[in-house]
Amino acid sequence: MSALTPSSALSPTSRATAVLGGELSEVALRRYLAGLPAVDTVGATQRAAHFQSRSIKTESKIWGLDTAISMVDLTTLEGADTPGKVHTLAHKALFTDPQDSQSPRVAAVCVYGDRVGDVIEALGSAHVSKDPQGVAVAAVATAFPSGRASMRVKIADTEDAVAAGADEIDMVIDRGAFLSGRLGEVFDQIVRVKEATKKPDGTHAHLKVILETGELATLDNVRRASQLAILAGADFIKTSTGKVSPAATLPVSVVMLEAVRDWHAATGEYVGFKPAGGIRTAKDALRYLSAVAEIAGEAWLSPDLFRFGASSLLNDLVLQRQKMTTGHYSGPDYVSVD
Amino acid sequence: MTRLDVKKTYKLYIGGAFPRSESGHTLQVNTHKDEHLANVAQASRKDARDAVVAARGAQRGWAGATSYNRGQVLYRIAEMLEGRREQFVEDIRACEGVSQRQASSQVDQAIDAWVWYAGWADKYAQLVGNANPVAGPYFNLSVPEPTGVVAAFAPAEAKNTSLLGLVRTVAPIVVSGNAVVVWTHPRQPIPAMTFAEVLHTSDVPAGVVNILTGLRESAAPWLASHADVGALDLMGATDVDWAALEAEASATLKRVLTPAKSVGEESLARIRAFTEMKTIWHTKALG
Amino acid sequence: MSFLDYSAAPESTGIVSLASEYGLFINGDFRPGRGQVFESIAPATEEVLTRFAEATPEDVDVAVAQARTAFDKVWSKMPGRERAKYLFRIARIVQERSRELAVAETMDNGKPIKETRDVDIPLVAAWFFYYAGWADKLEEATGSDTPTPWGVVGQVIPWNFPLMMLSWKIAPALAAGNTVVLKPAETTSLTAMLFAEICQQAGLPPGVVNIVTGAGATGRALVSHPGIDKVAFTGSTGVGREIAKGLAGRSTALTLELGGKGANIVFEDAAMDEAVEGIISGIFFNQGHVCCAGSRLLVQENVHDELVSRLTRRIQTLRLGDPLDKNTDIGAINSRAQLDTITALTQSGVDEGAGLWQSDCVLPERGFWFPPTVFTDVSTSHRIAQDEIFGPVLSVLTFRTPDEAVAKANNTPYGLSAGVWTEKASRMLAIVDQLKAGVVWSNTFNKFDPASPFGGYKESGYGREGGLPGLLSYLRPHSSSAGGK
Repeated sequence: MSALTPSSALSPTSRATAVLGGELSEVALRRYLAGLPAVDTVGATQRAAHFQSRSIKTESKIWGLDTAISMVDLTTLEGADTPGKVHTLAHKALFTDPQDSQSPRVAAVCVYGDRVGDVIEALGSAHVSKDPQGVAVAAVATAFPSGRASMRVKIADTEDAVAAGADEIDMVIDRGAFLSGRLGEVFDQIVRVKEATKKPDGTHAHLKVILETGELATLDNVRRASQLAILAGADFIKTSTGKVSPAATLPVSVVMLEAVRDWHAATGEYVGFKPAGGIRTAKDALRYLSAVAEIAGEAWLSPDLFRFGASSLLNDLVLQRQKMTTGHYSGPDYVSVD
Repeated sequence: MTRLDVKKTYKLYIGGAFPRSESGHTLQVNTHKDEHLANVAQASRKDARDAVVAARGAQRGWAGATSYNRGQVLYRIAEMLEGRREQFVEDIRACEGVSQRQASSQVDQAIDAWVWYAGWADKYAQLVGNANPVAGPYFNLSVPEPTGVVAAFAPAEAKNTSLLGLVRTVAPIVVSGNAVVVWTHPRQPIPAMTFAEVLHTSDVPAGVVNILTGLRESAAPWLASHADVGALDLMGATDVDWAALEAEASATLKRVLTPAKSVGEESLARIRAFTEMKTIWHTKALG
Repeated sequence: MSFLDYSAAPESTGIVSLASEYGLFINGDFRPGRGQVFESIAPATEEVLTRFAEATPEDVDVAVAQARTAFDKVWSKMPGRERAKYLFRIARIVQERSRELAVAETMDNGKPIKETRDVDIPLVAAWFFYYAGWADKLEEATGSDTPTPWGVVGQVIPWNFPLMMLSWKIAPALAAGNTVVLKPAETTSLTAMLFAEICQQAGLPPGVVNIVTGAGATGRALVSHPGIDKVAFTGSTGVGREIAKGLAGRSTALTLELGGKGANIVFEDAAMDEAVEGIISGIFFNQGHVCCAGSRLLVQENVHDELVSRLTRRIQTLRLGDPLDKNTDIGAINSRAQLDTITALTQSGVDEGAGLWQSDCVLPERGFWFPPTVFTDVSTSHRIAQDEIFGPVLSVLTFRTPDEAVAKANNTPYGLSAGVWTEKASRMLAIVDQLKAGVVWSNTFNKFDPASPFGGYKESGYGREGGLPGLLSYLRPHSSSAGGK
C-alpha cells in the first residue's frame, strides 16, 4: 500500500484498479484482501481491553461527554416508527438536555428512508442543509438490515432516501456474497450505491457502509471487509445494523480503526468510522473515544470522521454531563424519554 | 611353540573415530594383580575439547531424530552388547578381578539397564511434560528437551562399575537427545573401550557418545569450565575433587549432578536431570 | 488541550497506611534488626516512604532457627489438607487487600498502578490459590507415598515484581511443606512487610514464614547459611553464579531464575498490529525491568521498515509519568543505580553506531525516568544486543530466513524467553522446537500463570517456577529405583 498516492480524485473503480495493480477482478480482489496482515483475535481483544481500563476524568471527561454527544447518530429503526416518534427524536437531537441549553446537538438523526421527510420537517431551520451547525439526516437503505434484495430494489431504496433529502446513507453489504467469496459483487454493489447517493446538485450524500461484523464472525473478515468497503468508496465504515448480536464491540472497532488508520497512512485520505448498536453508557462511549484517539489519531475525534450509532446512549451521556456540570448525580427522570 | 597373541592398541573414541591422544601420552592399565594389561590413551584437555566439539556437532541431529528412532538406535546397541557379552565378561574379569559369575552378572545388568533406558526415548516426555490449564485463551504446553552437551564421569569404584557404571551414566544422558563426553573409569577403561567398538558398529551417529580414558584430575576442570558444555554429571567423579568441579561449573551455570544429590542410578529422575523444560504459549481463538 | 493528554486520574494513596519503620518478621512477630536502618524511597518522587531494618548474619541465624523449629514442630507434621487451608486463607486476604497492595507496590516500585492492579496482585492471589490446592495432593504429584519437603528454604527475590516474586517463592514452598526465610530486595521491601501482616491475619503458625530485610550482605548470609536445605534465588546472573559456587559440594538444593536477553521473532506474515502490541508488552511492560523481556526484536528484513514505523508510532502513544495515575503506561525506573545502568548501556548503543529513536514523551523532573527507546541497525556484536539492559530499551535486528532467525535468537548465553510471530503453524512449531528458551510465547508475550512453568535454559538459570515442576522443586527427589526388576 505504501506505493499508493492519494487518489481521491479517481472514481472508486479506477482507484481500486490502481491499488490492485492494474486489474480489478474477483481474483485480484481476493488476493489483495488475503494479503492484508492477519489479525490475532486474542491480541486484538487485549488491545481492546486496554481501552476498558482508561480512566477519563474531570476536564477530559467534560470534553469527552460533549464531544460524544455531538457524535451521536440518534437512531430509531423500528417498524413502529411514526411521524410523531420521529418528531420527538428530532427535537431531542437538537435539545439533548432539557435542563441545559448548552448541551450540544447530536450529529444526525438516523431513520428508515420513508421517515426522512418527517425528520427534515421536524428539524426545520436546524437541518444541516439550512444551518452548517445543524443536524443531518441519515437514512438506512439497501434493504436494511439484511440486504437480501435485488440490486434494483437497493438502488431504488437509496435513491428514494436521497430524493427525500437524506444527507447520509447507511447501506449494508451483502454478507452472503462476502462470506461465499463473491468479493467483486460486494465491491460493485457499494460502487453502485455510491453512485445512487448522487444528488441533483452533483454532490453525494455521505455513504456509510455497514459490514454487520456480527455476521462476518472473524476479525480477519472484518479487516478484509473494511478494506473492501474503503476501496469501493465508503466515506464511513460502520460496524452493525443494531439488529444482529453482537453489534459493535471494542475488538471489532480496534480492527476497523486500524483499517482507516492504515488507509490514511497509505493514501492521505480520511475515512470515518461508526460503531453502532450495543453502546449504551457514557463510560463505554469515552472508551471508544480513547480507542479512536489512540489508534486512528485525534483527527478522528470529530463528527466528520466518527459517529456513535445509538439511541439510549444519548441519555446516559446527558446524565453524566449533568453530573459534571451540577456536581451531583442525576437520575432518569431528568432526561427525556424518546 | 605357543602362539604370541596380538595385543590391542586402545585409543580414544571421539566423533565416531578412534584417535590417539593428541598429547601422545598413554596410561598403563594393570590387572587387579598389578600385571600390565594394556596401555590406554591418556586424554588431555585438548582431547576433551575436541570431544566437546564433536558432541556439539552431533547433538542437534540426534535430538532432532524422532524419539522412536532414538529408541530403535539405542535398542540396537543392546543387541550388539549381547553379541559381545563374552568379550565384556573377559574385559571385566581382567580389570576388576571378579569371578566369571560376577562379571557375567554385571554384563546382564548393564544390558538390561541399557534396554530399560532405551525404552524411555519415546516415553519420558509424556511423564515429564504437561498441558497446563492457564487462565486465559492460550494453548499452553510444557515439554522436556535435552540440555545439549553433557560431560560425565563414569563411576570409579573398584568393583562392578567398569561397564555397568558407564552404561548407567551414558544411557540416561543420550536417551533424551543429549550428546555426551564421558570419561571412563580411570583405572578400568577396557570394558568401556569395547563398548566404544560396539557404538562404532551401531547406528548411533558419530559424536553422540565420545569416550575419554586415562586419569581424570588434570583435564576434568577443563570440562567443568567449558562454556559449550551445558551439564555436568559428577555422580561418578569420586576419584577427583568433585566439589571443586561443581564450583568451576557455576561460572557457566551448568546443571550439575553430584554425589551429594540423591538421584537413583537407574531412574527417570536421572533422565530428567539432563533435560530442560520448555513451555509454549499460543493464542487460541476461532475468529 | 489534546484529549490524549488525559486529565490526571490518580489512584488514592489513602488506602495505604505505612508504619514509619518496619522490623524483621521472625517467628510471627516484627522485631528490630541488629544492622543499620535503611530508607526506602518512592522512585517516582524520591520521597522517603518508610524505613527498614537490616538483618545481620545473627538475625539470619535466628530466622533460620525459628524456621527450623516451625518446620520440625508444626509445619512438617501438619496434614496437607490443613496446610492447604492456610494458603487459601492467604489467597483470599490478598484479594481482599488487593487495592492496598497494588497502591503500595506502585508507590514503592514505581511501576504503573495499571500493572500492579491488573497483573501483579491478581497473580499473587492466583499463585496462592493454585499452590494451596497442591498442598494436599503431594502423593499424586510425586507418585510417592512419602513426599518429603526439603525443610527450611532460603529465598531471595528481586525488585522488579516484589510481591509477585514473593508469591512465586512462598506459595509452592509452603504447599510442599517447607518453612521459609525470605529476603526481599532492599529497594522494594514494602509489600513483603504487608505480606507479613497478611500471614498474621491468616493465623499462619509463627516461624513458617520469616522475612528478613537488607541488601547483598543479608542475602549472602541467608543463602550460605548451613541451616538452609534449599535455596531459591531470582535475580542477576552474576549473583546466581556466586550462589551456585558457594553451594558447590553441598547437598543444598538450588534453583535459579536469572537474567535474559529474549528474542522476539517477527515473520513477514505475522499479525502485524498484534505483533506491535506484543513487542511493546515484551519490552515496555514494567519499564523493561523483566528478566524475560523481549529485548531483542528480530524482524524479517522485508517487513522491517513497515514494522518499525508502526512500532514507533504506537510507542508515541504510550503515556509515561505518575505511576499512580490510572492512565500511565510507563512508570518510573526503580532506582537511580538502575537508571545509571540503562543510561550507560544506551550510550554504548549510540557509541557503537546503532540508530537511536526515543519517544518524545516528557519526563517528570523528580524521580528516575527513562523514555521508551528503540535502537535500529543493531548487529549481533553490539553490547545492546548482548547485555541485559533491564530497562525500556529495544534492540532491533533483522533476519532473512527462518534458520537465520533461530541462529540469532539462540546467539546468547541466556535462554529464558523468546517470542514468535507468524500465522504459519508448522513454522511456528518448528521454530519453537529449535529455540533454546524456557518460555516461548507465540503470538503473545509476557504472559504468566501459576499453572505454567517458568524458568530458563543455559545461563538464565535452572529449575522451574509455576505448575507441577514448580511444586516438585520444593520436594526432595523421590529416589525410586527402576521398575520392572
